[in-house]
Amino acid sequence: MSTTTGKILGGTGRYLDDRLHGARGLRTFLRKIFPDHWSFLLGEIALYSFIILLLTGTFLTLFFQPSMTDVVYHGSYTPLDGVHMSQAYASTLDISFDVRGGLLMRQIHHWAAILFVAAIVCHLLRVFFTGAFRKPRELNWVIGVVMFTLAFTEGLFGYSLPDDLLSGTGLRILEGVLLSIPIVGTYLSFFLFGGEFPGHDIIPRLYVIHILLIPALLLALISAHLFLMFHQKHTQMPGKGHTDANVVGQPMYPYFMAKTGAWFFFIFGVTALMSTFAQINPIWIYGPYNPSGISAGSQPDWYMGFLEGALRMWPSWHWNVGGYSFAFNVFLPALVPLGVLITGLAVWPFLEQWITGDRREHHVNDRPRNAPTRTALGMAGVTFYGIMWLEGANDIVSRFLNISLYLTTEIARYAIFIGPVVAYWVTKRICLGLQRKDNHLLEHGVETGIIRQLPNGEYVELTKPVSEEMRAVLASRAERPQIEAPDGDDVPAARGPVGKLRGSLNRVLTENIPLPHGNGHGNGHGNGHAAEPTAVTAGDAHPDGPEPADGDGAGA
Amino acid sequence: MSWITALRRRPAAGYAVVLLGLVTIGVGYGALTTPGSPASAATPGTVSPQTLAAGQELFVKTCATCHGMNAQGTSLAPSLVGVGAAAVDFQMSTGRMPGKDIGPEMDRKPVTFTPAQIHAIADYVASLGGGPTIPSAAQVSTAGANTALGQSLFITDCAQCHNFDGAGGALTYGKFAPALTESTPTQIYEAMLTGPEAMPVFSDTTITPAQKRDIIDYITRLRAEPNPGGFSLGRIGPVTEGLVGFIGGIGVLVFLALWITMKRRES
Amino acid sequence: MSETHPSQDLPEEDGQQSRAPHRVIGTPPPAQARTLLGEAPGSPVPEPPRELPAGPDNPATAKTAEKVVAACFILSMLASIGFIAAYVGLEVHSVDATLRSNLALGLSMSVAFLAMGVGATIWVRSIMPNVEQVEERHVLASSETEREAFTKTFTEGAEASGFVKRPLLRRTLIAASVPLAVAPLVVLRDLGPLPGTSLRHTVWRNGTRMVVYGPDTPLRAADFSIPGQMITVAPEGYTENQDVLAKAVTIIIKFAPGVLVPNRPGQPGTIMNWTVDNIVAYSKICTHVGCPVALYEQTTHHILCPCHQSTFDATNGAQVLFGPAPRPLPQLPIGVDSEGFLIAKSDYHEPVGPAFWELG
Repeated sequence: MSTTTGKILGGTGRYLDDRLHGARGLRTFLRKIFPDHWSFLLGEIALYSFIILLLTGTFLTLFFQPSMTDVVYHGSYTPLDGVHMSQAYASTLDISFDVRGGLLMRQIHHWAAILFVAAIVCHLLRVFFTGAFRKPRELNWVIGVVMFTLAFTEGLFGYSLPDDLLSGTGLRILEGVLLSIPIVGTYLSFFLFGGEFPGHDIIPRLYVIHILLIPALLLALISAHLFLMFHQKHTQMPGKGHTDANVVGQPMYPYFMAKTGAWFFFIFGVTALMSTFAQINPIWIYGPYNPSGISAGSQPDWYMGFLEGALRMWPSWHWNVGGYSFAFNVFLPALVPLGVLITGLAVWPFLEQWITGDRREHHVNDRPRNAPTRTALGMAGVTFYGIMWLEGANDIVSRFLNISLYLTTEIARYAIFIGPVVAYWVTKRICLGLQRKDNHLLEHGVETGIIRQLPNGEYVELTKPVSEEMRAVLASRAERPQIEAPDGDDVPAARGPVGKLRGSLNRVLTENIPLPHGNGHGNGHGNGHAAEPTAVTAGDAHPDGPEPADGDGAGA
Repeated sequence: MSWITALRRRPAAGYAVVLLGLVTIGVGYGALTTPGSPASAATPGTVSPQTLAAGQELFVKTCATCHGMNAQGTSLAPSLVGVGAAAVDFQMSTGRMPGKDIGPEMDRKPVTFTPAQIHAIADYVASLGGGPTIPSAAQVSTAGANTALGQSLFITDCAQCHNFDGAGGALTYGKFAPALTESTPTQIYEAMLTGPEAMPVFSDTTITPAQKRDIIDYITRLRAEPNPGGFSLGRIGPVTEGLVGFIGGIGVLVFLALWITMKRRES
Repeated sequence: MSETHPSQDLPEEDGQQSRAPHRVIGTPPPAQARTLLGEAPGSPVPEPPRELPAGPDNPATAKTAEKVVAACFILSMLASIGFIAAYVGLEVHSVDATLRSNLALGLSMSVAFLAMGVGATIWVRSIMPNVEQVEERHVLASSETEREAFTKTFTEGAEASGFVKRPLLRRTLIAASVPLAVAPLVVLRDLGPLPGTSLRHTVWRNGTRMVVYGPDTPLRAADFSIPGQMITVAPEGYTENQDVLAKAVTIIIKFAPGVLVPNRPGQPGTIMNWTVDNIVAYSKICTHVGCPVALYEQTTHHILCPCHQSTFDATNGAQVLFGPAPRPLPQLPIGVDSEGFLIAKSDYHEPVGPAFWELG
């Protein structure tokens, strides 16, 4: 560093420190350790996509006109010349064809929105499957679930702004859903739309919510989310020297700053690349919204697909009594899957804590295979979501995979129940099988590929014990103690129905294959000394005998 | 060890190959699913006794097995009396007829007859019971058409089956409304006029010939438009966009994340 | 799991102590501090050991990497300049021009960003020395002392404020806050009119002509005479009004004689009095959630809604055959006027569109 730069930096630093007392705090910040794992970058995709959305969104607000006033189009897209449309739609066409870079900005904005929600889902799944929501991070998890809900709401309102035929149909469905709500439905619909559908108010109102209210909420929640993550320090994956009392990795300055900077550029670059080569939301093809028009193959953006699927697969249940209609066929599919999903996600950390009775701080993540019931439940949830998502595209599936249309819905109606059960069972077996494989590696070591011939002519493959680094990972299967009866006076509670339920849930949730005795040193014959590769003959019996059926005890 | 072999031994090599494969498939799919270009229109011939005779001969050889010797229909196929030359021309010029597999839907297939032969058969069938005639070139010419009206009519009466881009759509029991990417202006006119299979009829008294030309104008302009935003992804809509977003976007980013956080080789 | 040491109250140097290498008594001090003759008086205090190495692990690799990274950054710079040039040089105002502009701007922007990302990544991986550091975590729960101190401060403040001991103050404060909190909700009342009975009616009246939507021309029954025909119609004079269309848009279908199933008492069916010459009119607004239901299959007489696949039987009073719709499409009574044009004979006899609470 040259002296002049040093002087300027030093001078500025002193100026600020005189006023802010920042040296110690900033130094702590610069030395903060960030653990390294590729899956920890998923949340940052969401963060940087949000920033891209803010930047491109601001550009779009300079040109977009959120008005439903009728105009006649005479711009550069000639197939729509002379067509009546709202000003919102016309201004979107102008942005696409008459503002330089406008189409690129629209496409980046929309692809970034797709990536934003997709990254939130991937990040959510990563946090769930690694158990990173456990104490002390339950609050951060709940903040995340709230942001997830805000994110797809924001996307829904955003893609409805151009007032095209596809998104307008979505608003029509929204009106139908609101109308179906008992007692207050008609009032909600008339207040949101400013009267009957479509009215003249919905687009300007969605605009305010989309560019001001929800982004403000998201900014506040993102700040809280990041602050909590900083304050509590990030979790880390199991590894050598990784404990619940430390965090191992590289410091913020200069390493993490450089890596996260690179990541931002990559995300922006990939989004820009997609916006160059993959056309998205070509509203000029859809045409302006008209309540008398509809297209085959109308779907919302992917993150609303599960609600669309629920609407499609639900039977036509309804009940008319006393002059009132209970439109179960609409408000149940619109509210129940969404309610189950969001509520289930939000309460899961607390539910798991109640079941396991585990009140310790957790800073080392679980490998998903080491929490087989949780992972299996997660996959059941993913399957539940995925079947609804597929059903949302059922006419596209029918058309392109040549499956009869009604058959897709019939299949979905059964698969929504059977699928998650099958997924639970299959995932659990896979997790337990992977645990056994880990045990095998710990006990018998890694195959070296070296074949040796024994004097009697038999060929054997040499194994060597796993490296220290790998052993730390493989043996990271945590103890999962059964719930102890806390304090003598609580024992009667454990005998009641709720207590019994908790007990059985606890046994299911903590099911695990115990770690091998001797913790894997040696070749499984109990010698405990791992010096050099030793031969393991075929047909070696398991040193522990038959595996216990129900593993809630501790490993070694 | 050559440098290729050295690279192949790196832990990242596997990921790189998978990434290359995914990108190749993705780009290839994107390039291949762009809509095709329309075929040229057929021109109607004039009716003469020789044409009728030739038409009858072809009809007996090709069509009578299913449609009956006098086109009166059998259990296999409907009567053709009164369907008109336009219907025959539509079905045969798109290759749907002669029908092969009897299923819920007759698909467009390669055409096995020359335009002259098709017109001969069409004229013969028309002679049996009348019906809509094959439109002339002038009738399907889109010069001076009102594209805005065509757009309005297309969205209101066609898009619910054929999709706003003419990509086609699902109907019930295995039927589907076909894509309009390969239909000539004449075929579009004839389809509206005759209502083939499950499609409703849009007669000239309901949607006038001029309005039909407006619709044809909108369709042909729409599908001729290039895709300014990149590959069209089939112009199917949010479903393909979501797939590309996850597989292309998140997929590629995961590979990049692996690269950034990979443990370094101790040198 | 091991317990971490409880944090001291206000540690002097945050983190420095956990980083300094632990020394057992008897171990000589670090080499930097030692001199041959022992510490001379007035010699400077030994520098603390470096936390991060000064240079790369492998200088040769780092040198090559530096060239690669520099090339990436130069590429990025050129791409950014290219972006500006493409913006200035390429016009839009047509689909083809937009395509070119989008391609040029997008490609240059992508290269600019990706090259920066690649350069930064190689910089971190090949030029910065590889380090792995450990930071100790502190137990997050505050110590009992701190918690008690907090509780004491909080309780003292509550007592001093009088909030706890004076119920009149407390209750009146809460009573004052409630309407204040409710007021912002109340001012949202004028967001929209009350629904009243507006959802029960459309603009169709006796004598309203049906016009083909699009050309907006009235239609004679005689011009709609081929079995298998279907078209979308709207009330004359309202074709520009989307609020009206959202309830009033209608489809008419022509059938051959004998195909329509008339309704009988206690059985569903088409109300033949409301048809003209086997032309029947149904609402185009689906009774599920309001999408236009217009997919008419001539061969099966099914009307299919493309949104959620509700299917209605057009010959049988639009009864629901499949899908989530709860009730048939309302049928519009139609007739012809003195000139033979199709007209409505009255409004729909039931509300159109999605079910709502007050539907009945």
